[in-house]
Amino acid sequence: MQSYIPILFFAAIAALFPIAILVVMALLRAKAPNPTKLSPYECGIASATDAHDHRFSVRYYLIAVLFVVFDVETVFLFPWAVMYDKLLLFGLIEMAVFLYILVLGYVYVWKRGALSWA
Amino acid sequence: MSDATFALVATGAKILFVWVIALATILPNLVWAERRVAGMIQDRPGPNRVGPFGFFQIIADGTKFFMKESVTPLYVDKLLYNLAPWITLMPGLVTFAVIPFGATLPVTIGGVTREVPLVIADVNIGILYIFAFTGLGIYGIVLAGWSANNKYSLMGGLRASAQIISYELAMGFAAAGVFLAAGTLRLSGVVEWQQQHVWNVVPQFVGFLVFLIAAFAETNRLPFDLAEAEEELAGGFHAEYSSFKFGMFFMGEYANLIAASALLATLYFGGWSLPGVAFTGVWGALASVAVFFAKTIGFIFLFLWVRWTFPRFRYDQLMDLGWKFLLPLSFFHLIAVAAFVAAK
Amino acid sequence: MEPGLFFFWLFSAVVVVGAVGVVVMRQPIHSALFLLLSFLGVACLYVQARAELVAAVQVLVYAGGVMVLFLYTIMLVNVKRQRTERYLHRQAVPALGFGFLFLLVVGGVVVNEARALAGKAPAADPAALATTVIGSETVLGNTQAVGWVLYRDYLLPFEIASLFLLVAMIGAVVLGKRTMERFD
Repeated sequence: MQSYIPILFFAAIAALFPIAILVVMALLRAKAPNPTKLSPYECGIASATDAHDHRFSVRYYLIAVLFVVFDVETVFLFPWAVMYDKLLLFGLIEMAVFLYILVLGYVYVWKRGALSWA
Repeated sequence: MSDATFALVATGAKILFVWVIALATILPNLVWAERRVAGMIQDRPGPNRVGPFGFFQIIADGTKFFMKESVTPLYVDKLLYNLAPWITLMPGLVTFAVIPFGATLPVTIGGVTREVPLVIADVNIGILYIFAFTGLGIYGIVLAGWSANNKYSLMGGLRASAQIISYELAMGFAAAGVFLAAGTLRLSGVVEWQQQHVWNVVPQFVGFLVFLIAAFAETNRLPFDLAEAEEELAGGFHAEYSSFKFGMFFMGEYANLIAASALLATLYFGGWSLPGVAFTGVWGALASVAVFFAKTIGFIFLFLWVRWTFPRFRYDQLMDLGWKFLLPLSFFHLIAVAAFVAAK
Repeated sequence: MEPGLFFFWLFSAVVVVGAVGVVVMRQPIHSALFLLLSFLGVACLYVQARAELVAAVQVLVYAGGVMVLFLYTIMLVNVKRQRTERYLHRQAVPALGFGFLFLLVVGGVVVNEARALAGKAPAADPAALATTVIGSETVLGNTQAVGWVLYRDYLLPFEIASLFLLVAMIGAVVLGKRTMERFD
């Protein structure tokens, strides 16, 4: 608990520092808006559709789901790694079972092509 | 001076040191160093007009960043557009709090000698704190891409975030080997273990390589910088940003770079320790700080060097590398380390 | 006010503001951002309760994984804000009624617990609560405690968790591939 107070200070400084600079710069800066400058960048062409309607592949969603699954697996690994010298062989076997089941899933995902061309 | 006041002053001094030396000094000079190193590798001078060897180029660049007009395009999502650079910059800066940058420094005030551990916050969850904040950094990129109302920004933001989350997994698995050996998640514990045994790069060389490659991908550095490729995505997720907001993305990337270098030095190369050297006393502590910074700068130089050496990866090659090669490799590495430790 | 209590109220306020923001915001992405804020507030509360591993997991998995998933989904589906929505929903009155009922139940539980705790003194050494005794040694830290208990006493739920994750992976791929085959 004690060690988190410096983090709070540090985070507060890290948070306020960019804001302070932004405020100072907002006061000092030039301001000259015109319609061309304000339009979104598309190599000189006026964009026809709202960018938010741009359809992108569902592969990104799949990557995110797989990331969540493997992230949970990683999170299970860390307490195990820390207590490993007390869990030893029993710990190794139980973690091996856990990882084996997830490896099965990983191989399935690979074979079905969800990891390709993303 | 009571213990509590001393602790407060010591913490303040450490925070000041990290801010002034690590961030306010290394970061701007990194901009200059990047361009000089680029020049060296490409057999041209690089910046050499402003100050000796162009050293004050950053002042010119910084002034340019601040004074240029900040063009905010119409139809951007104002809240997200302004929030995104800040979300990108903050995690890169905050990760320095848990990295130990020196041995314990004995300070004598009023006849009482107290040992000051040279780490700002030696939290129990050490590396998980760093991974957590790295994960938060993704939001800056995704939100920047979305808010700018520009197809190129959106695609760039999506690709960059997908890349970062893919390599975060390999990084976690590789780092788990180090913490398995050390028996603690605290980074100072890892340095102590390396002091007593051997630098982690020797027994866990494969893990080191995986972590190194993942670090390149996490910091969006070449050969993994497709998301912000100047030629291909017109700047990617920060295409619509100008002036200081763009500068914040820039600074965030460099802060991440410095943090990744410091982390590599700490996890695999012994941090502030040297084999066989005991860093005692005030001079020992200062020497250990110098050793730590030397290693960090060595890794920074490696990052800069690789940028101008390798061609860029295509996006599908990039994702294949992360999911199909690094992840199984780091997984086998972890099993091997665990089996080895159990056999001992 | 002692600092611990002050930070508790601060973090709780952040969580509540985040939760209210999720409901009130008109753009779905803004709602997602406020949910993220709420998660971060909860993580800070976990740190205060000396459950540091849980706080780290909260940020790593929830804020760093699940929320990214939410964001991708929102961007993929691109739900537009409704321009003609009414400010006060048709179901406002029944909602208020149920909300009040819920408040009664939760408030009753909180008051009961407060009364039960009122007589007791705070723990003499809070740090001692976060230690685990293994054999002859006392080990500090939430990570170690979770590691010791999860992989011995709660082994079966842990292995079942891997089955959950397997099912999640297979389900995601099945649904995702079907969509890809339809639209590619």
